[in-house]
Amino acid sequence: MIRLQDVGKIYRSKRGSVEAVVNVDLSIERGEIFGIIGYSGAGKSTLIRLLNMLEAPTSGSIQIDGVEMTTLKPKELRGVRKNVSMVFQHFNLLWSRTVEENIMFPLELGGYPKARRKERVAELIQLVGLDGREGAYPSQLSGGQKQRVGIARALASNPDVLLCDEATSALDPKTTDSILELLVDINKKLKLTIVLITHEMHVIQKICHRVAVMEAGKIVEQGPVAEVFRHPKQAMTKEFVKQLTSPSENELTFAKLRERYPTGKIVQLTFVGSTAESPILAEVMKDSNLLFNIIGGNVGQTQDGALGTLFIQLLGSEEEAQAVIAKLQASDVEVEVDHR
Amino acid sequence: MSTFFADVDWDMVWEATGSTVYMTAVAGLATFVLGLAIGLLLYATNEELLFKNRTLYSVLSFLVNIFRSIPFIILLILLIPITKIIVGSFLGPTAALPALILGAAPFYGRMVELALREVDKGVIEAAESMGATKFQIIYKVLIPEALPAIVSGITVTLVALVGYTAMAGLAGGGGLGDMAFIEGFQRSQNNITVIATLLILVIVFIIQIIGDLLVKAIDKR
Repeated sequence: MIRLQDVGKIYRSKRGSVEAVVNVDLSIERGEIFGIIGYSGAGKSTLIRLLNMLEAPTSGSIQIDGVEMTTLKPKELRGVRKNVSMVFQHFNLLWSRTVEENIMFPLELGGYPKARRKERVAELIQLVGLDGREGAYPSQLSGGQKQRVGIARALASNPDVLLCDEATSALDPKTTDSILELLVDINKKLKLTIVLITHEMHVIQKICHRVAVMEAGKIVEQGPVAEVFRHPKQAMTKEFVKQLTSPSENELTFAKLRERYPTGKIVQLTFVGSTAESPILAEVMKDSNLLFNIIGGNVGQTQDGALGTLFIQLLGSEEEAQAVIAKLQASDVEVEVDHR
Repeated sequence: MSTFFADVDWDMVWEATGSTVYMTAVAGLATFVLGLAIGLLLYATNEELLFKNRTLYSVLSFLVNIFRSIPFIILLILLIPITKIIVGSFLGPTAALPALILGAAPFYGRMVELALREVDKGVIEAAESMGATKFQIIYKVLIPEALPAIVSGITVTLVALVGYTAMAGLAGGGGLGDMAFIEGFQRSQNNITVIATLLILVIVFIIQIIGDLLVKAIDKR
């Protein structure tokens, strides 16, 4: 669906040049939700703007649905843009227009029969759950409602691709979750390909199928979300994963527990999908003489099911501990032993 | 009070008021259209997303600055030969129009440019991402989004125009300024000067009130 080959973007100014995007290769499949995560300044905002040519790349090739974007004439580009919509962090609604008129905006830009516009807008309002707010102005809406208008507006032209530029970063956690649910919903209903950029790992965890991690303009790691969560390779990725799996207060508890039980073995268990939803730990421990101490843990949802992390301390003989670890690993649980 | 106004020729007062309203209205309308065009041109030639053209922008900006800098009373005198050619005479309210328009349109054009610059770049980017043409961006995004500032700008300009018409009176343009100068000052009829002042104030207040109400009605921010 979307292919990027060796894409680069350099901003040149009198004071020198900045490489915002460096040698990016990326391939995004039809119907998938693809997340790009990175801190601000990592180049992810530039990267997503290259996909609909709001920024032109300095080098490389960008193909969407087999169409080479970089060589399109302005008129052809405007046509393609109706197929690649965008949702913005600050919503970018026209304050002079009502909800209904904002959603109608892309339909007025061309091609859509006048008689059917009202009907189409009503459909979209229904889809994003804004019934009853048709006549409101953006200034009368909450952040979450504004983003729903932004999403409805983006969907009006029936696109195949939806680009989300930090679509939830200006929203509170609860509203973020409701917008993420809406995105999953339209991804399934409309078979829409969604590319989103964010600096929040839980956005990736919650709705993305695959993730790419960006640092200094490069993609340093990419893969299916569950894979990347289980085996983060790069330091940057580990840092992002840690945001979710290991709240910082655990570090203190590790130290204390190591002090109190010098013989104990502290391990981190990661459960993905069905393993997170079955009583594996209890079953493994049933046949063992080991005692265990639960330090902390959490469970989150990903597109492939639940993702759980548990820190426990195993008390008992080394042999039995090894046996338990082996059994856990055999049951598809990731085990990481704390060696410090 | 009644003796103060006893010997006033009211027909003359109403005729002068009519001339002032006529000059303000016609020059105001022309200033609105011309200033909007100047403002759009200034904005568009200075904006990457539209028709950026540094040379055109510099020339236009230079001209606007010149006409904004010439004191109106001097502009009025400078334009007498041109007015004679266009209107056929340099006396009367219609003869004042070229100077009024040339004095006010660049001033208003600059205000329109500022109003357009205040429009959120993100909204323009959003329209671009939806496949809007440059002209669609101008008339579907820029103008509606800048409308409150465009309207309050014309209010300010109209008030300034009322002041200009009074000066135009000094150069034979007719209207309340002319009346205050010839009848009031030169013939030492203070009551006429007071009446001219009051009527000008009334006109200014009416313009300001209508402008404020309009802005309030269209501003949905």
